[in-house]
Amino acid sequence: MSGHSHTVSYAASARLYAGILITLLILTAITVAASRVDFGEGNVIIALVIATIKGTIVALFFMHLRHDKPVNAIAFTSSLFFLALFIGFCLIDAKSRIAPTVVGLKPIPTMPNAPGPGKHFVPGQPLPGYAPAPVAAAAPAAGGHGAAAPAAEQHH
Amino acid sequence: MSTATTHTEHNDADHGPFQQHHFATAEQQFDASKLGMWLFLITEVLLFGGLFVGFGMMQSKYPEAFMQAHEHLSWKLGAFNTVVLLISSFTMVMAVLAAQTNEKKKLIVYLILTLICAGIFLGVKYVEYSEKFEHGLLPGKFYASHEQGGAQGQYMFFSFYFMMTGLHGIHILGGMAVMGWVLRRAIRGDFSSQYYTPVDLVGLYWHLVDLIWIYLFPLLYLIS
Repeated sequence: MSGHSHTVSYAASARLYAGILITLLILTAITVAASRVDFGEGNVIIALVIATIKGTIVALFFMHLRHDKPVNAIAFTSSLFFLALFIGFCLIDAKSRIAPTVVGLKPIPTMPNAPGPGKHFVPGQPLPGYAPAPVAAAAPAAGGHGAAAPAAEQHH
Repeated sequence: MSTATTHTEHNDADHGPFQQHHFATAEQQFDASKLGMWLFLITEVLLFGGLFVGFGMMQSKYPEAFMQAHEHLSWKLGAFNTVVLLISSFTMVMAVLAAQTNEKKKLIVYLILTLICAGIFLGVKYVEYSEKFEHGLLPGKFYASHEQGGAQGQYMFFSFYFMMTGLHGIHILGGMAVMGWVLRRAIRGDFSSQYYTPVDLVGLYWHLVDLIWIYLFPLLYLIS
Protein backbone atom coordinates (compact mmCIF):
# COMPACT_ATOMS: atom_id res chain seq x y z
CA MET A 1 0.00 0.00 0.00
CA SER A 2 1.40 3.38 -0.93
CA GLY A 3 1.70 5.59 2.09
CA HIS A 4 3.01 2.88 4.39
CA SER A 5 5.49 4.18 6.89
CA HIS A 6 8.20 1.80 5.70
CA THR A 7 9.12 0.72 2.20
CA VAL A 8 9.01 -2.97 1.41
CA SER A 9 12.02 -4.58 -0.17
CA TYR A 10 11.35 -8.12 -1.32
CA ALA A 11 14.81 -9.55 -0.69
CA ALA A 12 15.34 -7.96 2.72
CA SER A 13 11.87 -8.92 3.98
CA ALA A 14 12.23 -12.47 2.65
CA ARG A 15 15.49 -12.87 4.55
CA LEU A 16 13.85 -11.54 7.72
CA TYR A 17 10.87 -13.92 7.40
CA ALA A 18 13.18 -16.89 6.78
CA GLY A 19 15.10 -15.97 9.92
CA ILE A 20 11.86 -15.75 11.86
CA LEU A 21 10.80 -19.18 10.61
CA ILE A 22 14.11 -20.71 11.69
CA THR A 23 13.78 -19.05 15.12
CA LEU A 24 10.27 -20.49 15.51
CA LEU A 25 11.44 -23.96 14.52
CA ILE A 26 14.32 -23.81 17.02
CA LEU A 27 11.90 -22.72 19.76
CA THR A 28 9.64 -25.65 18.85
CA ALA A 29 12.58 -28.02 19.23
CA ILE A 30 13.37 -26.48 22.62
CA THR A 31 9.73 -26.94 23.72
CA VAL A 32 9.80 -30.61 22.76
CA ALA A 33 13.20 -31.18 24.39
CA ALA A 34 12.17 -29.43 27.62
CA SER A 35 9.02 -31.56 27.86
CA ARG A 36 11.14 -34.75 27.86
CA VAL A 37 12.80 -33.63 31.11
CA ASP A 38 10.76 -33.71 34.29
CA PHE A 39 10.70 -30.31 35.97
CA GLY A 40 7.48 -31.07 37.87
CA GLU A 41 5.26 -28.01 37.88
CA GLY A 42 7.97 -26.18 35.95
CA ASN A 43 7.17 -28.04 32.71
CA VAL A 44 3.89 -26.19 32.24
CA ILE A 45 5.53 -22.84 32.91
CA ILE A 46 8.44 -23.50 30.54
CA ALA A 47 6.07 -24.63 27.79
CA LEU A 48 3.77 -21.62 28.21
CA VAL A 49 6.65 -19.14 28.34
CA ILE A 50 8.16 -20.53 25.12
CA ALA A 51 4.72 -20.58 23.48
CA THR A 52 4.23 -16.94 24.45
CA ILE A 53 7.62 -15.99 23.00
CA LYS A 54 6.68 -17.77 19.77
CA GLY A 55 3.27 -16.12 19.73
CA THR A 56 4.81 -12.68 20.23
CA ILE A 57 7.24 -13.27 17.36
CA VAL A 58 4.38 -14.39 15.09
CA ALA A 59 2.27 -11.35 16.02
CA LEU A 60 5.11 -8.84 15.64
CA PHE A 61 6.65 -10.09 12.40
CA PHE A 62 4.24 -12.37 10.53
CA MET A 63 1.18 -10.33 11.51
CA HIS A 64 3.11 -7.08 10.90
CA LEU A 65 2.17 -5.53 14.24
CA ARG A 66 5.70 -4.15 14.50
CA HIS A 67 5.18 -1.66 11.67
CA ASP A 68 1.40 -1.49 11.76
CA LYS A 69 -0.90 1.29 12.91
CA PRO A 70 -0.94 1.18 16.75
CA VAL A 71 -4.73 0.82 16.87
CA ASN A 72 -4.48 -2.82 15.73
CA ALA A 73 -1.91 -3.69 18.37
CA ILE A 74 -3.97 -1.92 21.05
CA ALA A 75 -7.11 -3.82 20.04
CA PHE A 76 -5.31 -7.16 20.02
CA THR A 77 -3.52 -6.52 23.31
CA SER A 78 -6.84 -5.61 24.93
CA SER A 79 -8.17 -9.06 24.04
CA LEU A 80 -5.13 -10.60 25.72
CA PHE A 81 -5.77 -8.44 28.78
CA PHE A 82 -9.34 -9.68 29.08
CA LEU A 83 -8.20 -13.24 28.46
CA ALA A 84 -5.70 -12.86 31.30
CA LEU A 85 -8.48 -11.59 33.58
CA PHE A 86 -10.63 -14.56 32.59
CA ILE A 87 -7.86 -17.09 33.21
CA GLY A 88 -6.66 -15.34 36.37
CA PHE A 89 -10.00 -15.29 38.15
CA CYS A 90 -10.75 -18.88 37.15
CA LEU A 91 -7.35 -19.93 38.54
CA ILE A 92 -8.04 -18.11 41.80
CA ASP A 93 -11.34 -19.97 42.01
CA ALA A 94 -9.83 -23.36 41.21
CA LYS A 95 -6.92 -22.97 43.62
CA SER A 96 -8.95 -21.58 46.54
CA ARG A 97 -11.70 -24.17 46.68
CA ILE A 98 -11.71 -26.03 49.97
CA ALA A 99 -13.83 -28.83 51.34
CA PRO A 100 -16.68 -27.64 53.55
CA THR A 101 -15.96 -28.03 57.23
CA VAL A 102 -18.39 -30.43 58.88
CA VAL A 103 -18.12 -30.23 62.62
CA GLY A 104 -18.00 -33.44 64.60
CA LEU A 105 -17.49 -35.82 61.69
CA LYS A 106 -14.47 -37.68 60.38
CA PRO A 107 -12.06 -35.63 58.24
CA ILE A 108 -12.96 -35.81 54.57
CA PRO A 109 -9.78 -37.40 53.12
CA THR A 110 -10.44 -40.57 55.12
CA MET A 111 -13.99 -40.92 53.80
CA PRO A 112 -14.21 -43.77 51.28
CA ASN A 113 -16.78 -42.01 49.13
CA ALA A 114 -15.39 -38.50 49.19
CA PRO A 115 -15.32 -36.98 45.70
CA GLY A 116 -12.16 -37.34 43.61
CA PRO A 117 -9.06 -35.16 43.55
CA GLY A 118 -11.03 -31.91 43.85
CA LYS A 119 -12.55 -32.96 47.18
CA HIS A 120 -15.13 -30.27 47.19
CA PHE A 121 -18.82 -30.08 47.77
CA VAL A 122 -20.84 -31.24 44.74
CA PRO A 123 -24.32 -29.71 44.41
CA GLY A 124 -27.02 -32.36 44.43
CA GLN A 125 -24.75 -34.93 46.05
CA PRO A 126 -24.61 -35.73 49.75
CA LEU A 127 -22.02 -33.68 51.57
CA PRO A 128 -18.88 -35.82 51.85
CA GLY A 129 -18.90 -37.40 55.24
CA TYR A 130 -22.32 -36.08 56.12
CA ALA A 131 -24.62 -38.88 54.96
CA PRO A 132 -24.30 -42.40 56.45
CA ALA A 133 -21.82 -44.54 54.54
CA PRO A 134 -24.27 -46.92 52.73
CA VAL A 135 -26.27 -44.00 51.34
CA ALA A 136 -23.13 -42.22 50.27
CA ALA A 137 -22.00 -45.36 48.45
CA ALA A 138 -25.23 -45.55 46.46
CA ALA A 139 -25.48 -41.87 45.64
CA PRO A 140 -22.64 -41.48 43.09
CA ALA A 141 -23.82 -44.51 41.07
CA ALA A 142 -27.25 -42.93 40.60
CA GLY A 143 -25.77 -39.65 39.49
CA GLY A 144 -24.73 -40.89 36.04
CA HIS A 145 -21.46 -39.56 34.74
CA GLY A 146 -20.27 -36.04 34.30
CA ALA A 147 -18.02 -33.58 35.98
CA ALA A 148 -20.20 -33.56 39.08
CA ALA A 149 -19.76 -37.26 39.83
CA PRO A 150 -16.14 -38.28 39.26
CA ALA A 151 -16.57 -41.46 41.29
CA ALA A 152 -19.33 -42.76 39.01
CA GLU A 153 -17.79 -42.47 35.56
CA GLN A 154 -16.19 -45.10 33.35
CA HIS A 155 -16.65 -48.70 34.27
CA HIS A 156 -13.84 -50.42 32.43
CA MET B 1 -16.62 12.88 0.01
CA SER B 2 -15.41 16.22 1.19
CA THR B 3 -16.46 18.29 -1.83
CA ALA B 4 -18.95 17.97 -4.63
CA THR B 5 -16.26 18.16 -7.30
CA THR B 6 -14.40 15.05 -6.16
CA HIS B 7 -17.69 13.24 -6.04
CA THR B 8 -18.72 14.05 -9.59
CA GLU B 9 -15.24 13.62 -11.05
CA HIS B 10 -14.85 10.21 -9.46
CA ASN B 11 -13.26 7.70 -11.81
CA ASP B 12 -10.67 4.93 -11.80
CA ALA B 13 -7.82 7.39 -12.12
CA ASP B 14 -8.20 8.71 -8.58
CA HIS B 15 -10.14 5.68 -7.34
CA GLY B 16 -8.61 2.25 -7.71
CA PRO B 17 -10.95 -0.37 -9.20
CA PHE B 18 -11.48 -1.92 -5.78
CA GLN B 19 -11.99 1.25 -3.78
CA GLN B 20 -15.52 1.65 -2.52
CA HIS B 21 -17.33 4.95 -2.72
CA HIS B 22 -17.71 5.51 1.00
CA PHE B 23 -13.95 5.57 1.61
CA ALA B 24 -12.00 8.76 0.98
CA THR B 25 -8.80 6.97 0.09
CA ALA B 26 -7.63 3.44 -0.64
CA GLU B 27 -5.48 3.59 2.46
CA GLN B 28 -8.46 4.44 4.64
CA GLN B 29 -10.33 1.48 3.17
CA PHE B 30 -7.35 -0.79 3.83
CA ASP B 31 -7.02 0.38 7.44
CA ALA B 32 -10.74 -0.06 8.09
CA SER B 33 -10.71 -3.59 6.66
CA LYS B 34 -7.68 -4.48 8.68
CA LEU B 35 -9.10 -3.19 11.96
CA GLY B 36 -12.26 -5.17 11.22
CA MET B 37 -10.16 -8.31 10.77
CA TRP B 38 -8.37 -7.68 14.05
CA LEU B 39 -11.71 -7.31 15.83
CA PHE B 40 -12.73 -10.68 14.41
CA LEU B 41 -9.44 -12.19 15.58
CA ILE B 42 -10.15 -10.83 19.07
CA THR B 43 -13.40 -12.80 19.18
CA GLU B 44 -11.41 -15.83 18.09
CA VAL B 45 -8.95 -15.36 20.94
CA LEU B 46 -11.82 -15.23 23.41
CA LEU B 47 -13.55 -18.23 21.81
CA PHE B 48 -10.48 -20.41 22.17
CA GLY B 49 -9.69 -18.77 25.52
CA GLY B 50 -12.84 -20.29 27.00
CA LEU B 51 -11.72 -23.74 25.91
CA PHE B 52 -8.25 -23.22 27.34
CA VAL B 53 -9.70 -22.15 30.68
CA GLY B 54 -12.01 -25.17 30.74
CA PHE B 55 -9.07 -27.39 29.91
CA GLY B 56 -7.04 -25.89 32.75
CA MET B 57 -9.88 -26.32 35.26
CA MET B 58 -10.44 -29.97 34.36
CA GLN B 59 -6.72 -30.62 34.25
CA SER B 60 -6.40 -29.42 37.84
CA LYS B 61 -9.35 -31.62 38.79
CA TYR B 62 -8.08 -34.83 37.13
CA PRO B 63 -4.30 -34.42 36.97
CA GLU B 64 -3.47 -38.16 36.86
CA ALA B 65 -6.14 -38.89 34.26
CA PHE B 66 -4.90 -36.07 32.02
CA MET B 67 -1.32 -37.24 32.42
CA GLN B 68 -2.23 -40.80 31.40
CA ALA B 69 -4.58 -39.72 28.61
CA HIS B 70 -2.04 -37.45 26.95
CA GLU B 71 0.31 -40.41 26.60
CA HIS B 72 -2.11 -41.67 23.94
CA LEU B 73 -1.24 -38.72 21.72
CA SER B 74 1.81 -39.01 19.52
CA TRP B 75 4.04 -36.04 20.26
CA LYS B 76 5.96 -36.84 17.08
CA LEU B 77 2.88 -36.31 14.93
CA GLY B 78 2.04 -33.20 16.94
CA ALA B 79 5.55 -31.79 16.49
CA PHE B 80 5.44 -32.61 12.78
CA ASN B 81 2.16 -30.73 12.45
CA THR B 82 3.62 -27.78 14.37
CA VAL B 83 6.50 -27.60 11.90
CA VAL B 84 4.06 -27.85 8.97
CA LEU B 85 1.93 -25.00 10.34
CA LEU B 86 4.96 -22.79 11.04
CA ILE B 87 6.16 -23.33 7.47
CA SER B 88 2.68 -22.52 6.19
CA SER B 89 2.75 -19.29 8.19
CA PHE B 90 6.06 -18.47 6.52
CA THR B 91 4.72 -19.20 3.02
CA MET B 92 1.64 -17.11 3.84
CA VAL B 93 3.67 -14.10 4.89
CA MET B 94 5.77 -14.56 1.76
CA ALA B 95 2.55 -14.48 -0.29
CA VAL B 96 1.63 -11.16 1.33
CA LEU B 97 5.13 -9.87 0.60
CA ALA B 98 4.84 -11.01 -3.01
CA ALA B 99 1.56 -9.11 -3.34
CA GLN B 100 3.09 -6.00 -1.77
CA THR B 101 5.93 -6.08 -4.30
CA ASN B 102 3.85 -6.90 -7.42
CA GLU B 103 5.27 -10.43 -7.75
CA LYS B 104 2.21 -12.13 -9.18
CA LYS B 105 3.85 -15.50 -9.91
CA LYS B 106 5.40 -15.73 -6.46
CA LEU B 107 2.09 -14.78 -4.89
CA ILE B 108 0.36 -17.67 -6.64
CA VAL B 109 3.16 -20.13 -5.81
CA TYR B 110 3.22 -19.18 -2.13
CA LEU B 111 -0.57 -19.38 -1.82
CA ILE B 112 -0.49 -22.87 -3.32
CA LEU B 113 2.34 -23.88 -0.96
CA THR B 114 0.30 -22.63 2.00
CA LEU B 115 -2.70 -24.64 0.82
CA ILE B 116 -0.51 -27.75 0.50
CA CYS B 117 0.78 -27.29 4.06
CA ALA B 118 -2.80 -26.94 5.30
CA GLY B 119 -3.70 -30.14 3.48
CA ILE B 120 -0.77 -32.00 5.05
CA PHE B 121 -1.81 -30.74 8.48
CA LEU B 122 -5.36 -32.04 8.03
CA GLY B 123 -4.03 -35.33 6.63
CA VAL B 124 -1.97 -35.91 9.76
CA LYS B 125 -4.99 -34.98 11.89
CA TYR B 126 -7.02 -37.57 10.00
CA VAL B 127 -4.44 -40.25 10.85
CA GLU B 128 -4.47 -39.18 14.51
CA TYR B 129 -8.27 -39.07 14.76
CA SER B 130 -8.76 -42.49 13.15
CA GLU B 131 -6.29 -44.00 15.59
CA LYS B 132 -8.23 -42.48 18.52
CA PHE B 133 -11.53 -43.76 17.08
CA GLU B 134 -10.10 -47.26 16.78
CA HIS B 135 -9.13 -47.36 20.45
CA GLY B 136 -12.39 -45.85 21.68
CA LEU B 137 -10.58 -42.74 22.91
CA LEU B 138 -13.59 -40.53 22.34
CA PRO B 139 -15.08 -37.53 24.08
CA GLY B 140 -17.61 -37.62 26.91
CA LYS B 141 -20.08 -40.50 26.97
CA PHE B 142 -18.59 -42.02 23.80
CA TYR B 143 -15.35 -42.81 25.61
CA ALA B 144 -14.96 -46.58 25.37
CA SER B 145 -11.35 -47.42 26.09
CA HIS B 146 -10.86 -51.04 27.17
CA GLU B 147 -7.66 -50.25 28.96
CA GLN B 148 -7.52 -51.59 32.51
CA GLY B 149 -6.51 -49.69 35.59
CA GLY B 150 -6.34 -46.19 34.12
CA ALA B 151 -7.14 -43.14 36.21
CA GLN B 152 -10.74 -42.00 36.05
CA GLY B 153 -11.63 -38.89 34.12
CA GLN B 154 -9.71 -39.61 30.92
CA TYR B 155 -12.88 -39.09 28.91
CA MET B 156 -12.65 -35.46 30.00
CA PHE B 157 -9.22 -35.09 28.41
CA PHE B 158 -10.54 -36.45 25.12
CA SER B 159 -13.58 -34.18 25.28
CA PHE B 160 -11.21 -31.22 25.33
CA TYR B 161 -8.79 -32.78 22.87
CA PHE B 162 -11.49 -33.27 20.24
CA MET B 163 -13.22 -29.97 20.96
CA MET B 164 -10.04 -27.90 20.73
CA THR B 165 -8.27 -29.64 17.86
CA GLY B 166 -11.62 -30.08 16.08
CA LEU B 167 -12.48 -26.40 16.32
CA HIS B 168 -8.94 -25.60 15.24
CA GLY B 169 -9.26 -28.02 12.31
CA ILE B 170 -12.50 -26.34 11.23
CA HIS B 171 -10.60 -23.05 11.24
CA ILE B 172 -7.96 -24.63 8.99
CA LEU B 173 -10.69 -25.82 6.62
CA GLY B 174 -12.30 -22.38 6.56
CA GLY B 175 -8.92 -20.77 5.97
CA MET B 176 -8.31 -23.12 3.04
CA ALA B 177 -11.65 -22.19 1.50
CA VAL B 178 -10.95 -18.46 1.74
CA MET B 179 -7.40 -18.99 0.51
CA GLY B 180 -8.78 -20.79 -2.52
CA TRP B 181 -10.87 -17.71 -3.27
CA VAL B 182 -7.84 -15.44 -2.83
CA LEU B 183 -5.83 -17.74 -5.10
CA ARG B 184 -8.50 -17.43 -7.79
CA ARG B 185 -8.40 -13.65 -7.56
CA ALA B 186 -4.59 -13.71 -7.58
CA ILE B 187 -4.60 -15.75 -10.80
CA ARG B 188 -7.12 -13.29 -12.25
CA GLY B 189 -4.63 -10.53 -11.48
CA ASP B 190 -6.66 -8.53 -8.96
CA PHE B 191 -3.78 -7.84 -6.60
CA SER B 192 -0.94 -5.36 -6.77
CA SER B 193 1.07 -3.23 -4.39
CA GLN B 194 -1.86 -0.78 -4.58
CA TYR B 195 -4.48 -3.36 -3.56
CA TYR B 196 -3.81 -6.58 -1.69
CA THR B 197 -6.22 -6.33 1.25
CA PRO B 198 -7.71 -9.86 0.92
CA VAL B 199 -4.24 -11.45 0.86
CA ASP B 200 -3.19 -9.50 3.92
CA LEU B 201 -6.36 -10.30 5.89
CA VAL B 202 -6.29 -14.01 5.06
CA GLY B 203 -2.68 -13.90 6.20
CA LEU B 204 -3.67 -12.38 9.54
CA TYR B 205 -6.32 -15.06 10.03
CA TRP B 206 -3.88 -17.79 9.06
CA HIS B 207 -1.24 -16.59 11.53
CA LEU B 208 -3.82 -16.54 14.32
CA VAL B 209 -4.74 -20.15 13.57
CA ASP B 210 -1.02 -20.92 13.74
CA LEU B 211 -0.73 -18.97 16.99
CA ILE B 212 -3.52 -21.00 18.60
CA TRP B 213 -1.78 -24.21 17.58
CA ILE B 214 1.44 -22.90 19.17
CA TYR B 215 -0.42 -23.11 22.51
CA LEU B 216 -2.45 -26.24 21.75
CA PHE B 217 0.56 -28.37 20.86
CA PRO B 218 2.51 -28.19 24.14
CA LEU B 219 -0.62 -28.23 26.32
CA LEU B 220 -2.21 -31.30 24.73
CA TYR B 221 0.73 -33.30 23.40
CA LEU B 222 3.66 -32.47 25.64
CA ILE B 223 2.76 -31.72 29.23
CA SER B 224 -0.73 -32.05 30.70
